[in-house]
Amino acid sequence: MTVLAAQLPALLIVLPLIAAALVALVRSDRVAFAITLAVSLVLPVIAALLLHRALVAGPISYQLGGWSPPWGIEYRIDVLNGFVLMLVSAVAAVAAPYARRSLAAELGDGHATFYAIYLLCLTGLLGVTITGDAFNVFVFLEISSLATYALIAMGRHRRAALAAFQYLIVGTIGATFYVIGVGFLYLLTGTLNLADMAQRLAALPDEQSRAVLTATAFITVGVSLKLALFPLHFWLPKAYTYAPSWAAAFLSATATKVAIYLLVRFFFTVLGVDVVFDRVLLALSLAGMFIASVIAIYESNIKRMMAYSSIAQIGYITLGMALSNKAGLTGALVHLLNHAVTKGTLFLALGAVALRLGSVKLQDLAGLGRRMPLTMGAFSVAAFGIIGTPGTAGFISKWYLATGALEAGEATLAFLIVASSLVSVIYMGRVLEVTWFRPPSPLALQAKDPPLSMLGPIVIFAAASVYLGLDTRGSASIASLAADQLLGARP
Amino acid sequence: MTGPSPELLVLLALAIPFAGALAVAALGRWPNLREAATLVTGAALFAVVLTLSAAVFGGARPELAGLAVAPGLALAFEVEPLGMLFALVASGLWILNSIYSIGYMRAHDEPRQTTFYVCFALAIGSTIGIAFAQNLFALFLFYEALTLSTFPLVTHKQSPEAMRSGRLYLLLLLGTSMVLFLPAIAITWALSGTLDFTAGSLLAGKASPLVIGALLGLYVFGIGKAAVMPVHFWLPAAMVAPTPVSAFLHAVAVVKAGVFSILKVVVYVFGPDALRIGSAGEWLVWVACASLLLGSLIALRQDNLKARLAYSTVSQLAYVVVGAALATPAALTGAGLQIATHAAAKITLFFCAGAIYVAAHKTQVSELDGIGRRMPITMTAFFVGSLSIIGLPPLGGLWSKWMLGVGAMQADAGWVLGVLMVSSLLSAAYLLPIPVRAFFAPSPEPPSEPVRIQEAPLPCLLALTVTAILSILLFFQAEPIAALLRGVPGAG
Amino acid sequence: MDLINAALSKYVYVVTIFLMVAGLFVVVARANMIKKLVGLSIFQSSVYLLYLGPAKIFGATAPILDSDYTAYSNPLPHALILTAIVVGVGTMALGLALVVRIHEAYGTIEEDEIFEEDGEE
Repeated sequence: MTVLAAQLPALLIVLPLIAAALVALVRSDRVAFAITLAVSLVLPVIAALLLHRALVAGPISYQLGGWSPPWGIEYRIDVLNGFVLMLVSAVAAVAAPYARRSLAAELGDGHATFYAIYLLCLTGLLGVTITGDAFNVFVFLEISSLATYALIAMGRHRRAALAAFQYLIVGTIGATFYVIGVGFLYLLTGTLNLADMAQRLAALPDEQSRAVLTATAFITVGVSLKLALFPLHFWLPKAYTYAPSWAAAFLSATATKVAIYLLVRFFFTVLGVDVVFDRVLLALSLAGMFIASVIAIYESNIKRMMAYSSIAQIGYITLGMALSNKAGLTGALVHLLNHAVTKGTLFLALGAVALRLGSVKLQDLAGLGRRMPLTMGAFSVAAFGIIGTPGTAGFISKWYLATGALEAGEATLAFLIVASSLVSVIYMGRVLEVTWFRPPSPLALQAKDPPLSMLGPIVIFAAASVYLGLDTRGSASIASLAADQLLGARP
Repeated sequence: MTGPSPELLVLLALAIPFAGALAVAALGRWPNLREAATLVTGAALFAVVLTLSAAVFGGARPELAGLAVAPGLALAFEVEPLGMLFALVASGLWILNSIYSIGYMRAHDEPRQTTFYVCFALAIGSTIGIAFAQNLFALFLFYEALTLSTFPLVTHKQSPEAMRSGRLYLLLLLGTSMVLFLPAIAITWALSGTLDFTAGSLLAGKASPLVIGALLGLYVFGIGKAAVMPVHFWLPAAMVAPTPVSAFLHAVAVVKAGVFSILKVVVYVFGPDALRIGSAGEWLVWVACASLLLGSLIALRQDNLKARLAYSTVSQLAYVVVGAALATPAALTGAGLQIATHAAAKITLFFCAGAIYVAAHKTQVSELDGIGRRMPITMTAFFVGSLSIIGLPPLGGLWSKWMLGVGAMQADAGWVLGVLMVSSLLSAAYLLPIPVRAFFAPSPEPPSEPVRIQEAPLPCLLALTVTAILSILLFFQAEPIAALLRGVPGAG
Repeated sequence: MDLINAALSKYVYVVTIFLMVAGLFVVVARANMIKKLVGLSIFQSSVYLLYLGPAKIFGATAPILDSDYTAYSNPLPHALILTAIVVGVGTMALGLALVVRIHEAYGTIEEDEIFEEDGEE
């Protein structure tokens, strides 16, 4: 048993990887789904064990292949990435049952390879989070990204391939920028191990030397392309709109979060917070929060509206990062979880709508509230979460962010955080109004709630978004602890 | 004698309505059991609140620490005199409202009755939450819960008109709370670092009079349930609901939650001194008086009985806001008294309106000539309620208006006294003709047969008689309430 | 003079930067999707140079243990770049597959023509 326990970090990656290979050989959709479901349910258990150990005993260091760091690749799990691992695997597990009906409806028969690609994506995301080696990050990043491009391209609309292609171009440029940045850091320090790099960078004579600055810039831009920071966000709306609903839900809840984790890891653990980028990040975050929300108001395709909403919400997270104080960073980290849960609900609910109606245009959703009460009820709860009503998870994140802004002496920033919530009231209010108060559209008349395998995840996520708004002992305390560690890591 | 601790009582008071909602939902298929669940819940709740009030009358301020949601945010509860009064009014009148509802809904054979009673229970639970909230966060949470739980009640008929009105209801109440109330809470926290209701004042010395005046505006208009003009439009629109809902909305819970919240904010967030010194709150006196008079004037012009009562409510609520704005000891006591007396009076009037609709199918004032002969008990109760609204003895309404008048004089605002008197005259003008004509005017239909007594169903009759007697009782028993209110900092 | 000297002695970096910018330019400026992929490939190869250039240490030998030498060129970047090349190959394959799919759906692989047909969004 302890042998197994010692290998848990590797298992977290190996399981989905081998499952992916297995599923690729399988022809039957049902067997593929069964394997995916089984793996998805095991992973959060492993992640929970790892997080627990990291909380109790301190960071876990796992040497891949027995080669000791810094020459060997090391998997290093502390509170921050334990939290993100938990997030990714838990979201995947809760959303997994949803896949069968949704994919069968959207992709037709013979889509077993979708599951294989999904498992690869999951492997990549978990790998980026768990590894402690900068280049290994790139490898896993590209594994997950390539899988993501393929997942998106499998949407049935012909624009899906187009969206995937654009994302491919942009994402590859982003990953390559990241590699360039890592290259500079390697030239400066001679190591690729993140922890070692941090120490050596701190020991450099002139920390703000141009090389470090350039490396930071490249890494920031590269990762920002992945996390859809404004104005590098333009690939996201198309990608999330045309991807299969389940893929869009999974990606919106995990892919950008992992990219944000990567940025946080580099900013705080490796590089140390830099003043120039703070201001820039702050400005871009605010721009994203407002501009994306305003664009969302005018969208008639609700999936695209939610995609722009995601961009705005990512703005909140980067805002918390830019504040760089404990409350702000706690808000950013806790919003990783809160947004994943809230946005997951929204996209899964929209997938159910697409299943029943065949459309996600706003006018087709008229009067859907009565026909699909549980689905739209969950959607409404999550909508309030996006707005940030007290009692929802979204409010907690904004509370911490506002606290952080006030701690940093920026009262206008706190005001702007509240003001941007008001913009989201407009577009969410629009959707709620149409779904609950209009007479049913012709498409909505025959709709009813989706089957339990789809309804279950939707309701669970919605319930979580309220629960996390009231009981924050788990999420906020872990986020707070992670923030402490990050801020204490570099002087 | 040692009974359950006050803290336990607070917990029970909060839990019983929600447990009752579950019970009602579970028993939906057996109407008699379901109705019994509602009544048992109401009785239990009132018993708990009554027991709690004994402690609070004695000076105790029980606290219940709930959930610590985030640093600085807690779902915590504390019972102080204002909240105690509100809880007493709400829980007491709720039982009567439930009895009335049962009679009304069955007489009309209304559909979706289980949803109705479940939402009722949820709404009263939210109301108790508002009454006992210890900080602005908890208040806001239950305030929104009240809006959401009463929405299905307002749109109960599900006709296009009901949906339209429901939309306005939700839009206006959610809109004002998100756009004005929530930012006001955020600013309060930014200025003072906490959201707890503090005896004395939360914002003491932390903001300039200008900021206080502006913040007050955000609160007053953000708390849309208080129906201060111009955010009052939801009130007449909500008339489309069945009468038990209107009674609940107007007398028991929703509007009372609004003015209660304003009173609570004025006393515990701003502190009465802040509003008196520097005249930061003076604009509010003007706005409230305008709302007072306009409400009465518009009421005069309404032929639909419920609409007339709705605008009357707008006007009567403004009395509480005037008292809060004047912020002198007597004014604050008067405002608290008004919550109680208006609740009893208005619920009587609404019960009568519903009874008239059930028994005689009449909704317009002009149709009510001579109806007193057919429904003597109802119209007598109506007469009693009208007197309380006008403010004449021996009705409780006299005391609330009296104290407000005294409070106006304390604030050197004698002109407010004039406004109050004009409003009383207007109230007489739009209310008294109804019972008078009901008894003394000849009925429009030719009397083909001797007039029989054709009263409303028994539960309805019972309810409205009790509330009418309550209005009279409040005249004689105002002193204990006033004593309770003197425990409110700044009141006297 | 100094600049030219520096540029000439570090010609690897000059070539790197040239390829980097040229690749990016092609990606952005060309509407044909295959050309975009070609540009992407050029951009990626510039990164290979960025890593491999410094791997060579002047006066050092190939990284095979030899008693005559004390300095060895760094083999690690080569290993890293092998990985990166593989990733690049995978990306290119996927990109080309997507182009085939797009061509099937739209009949063209010029982005401007596709946007016209679809409505730019």
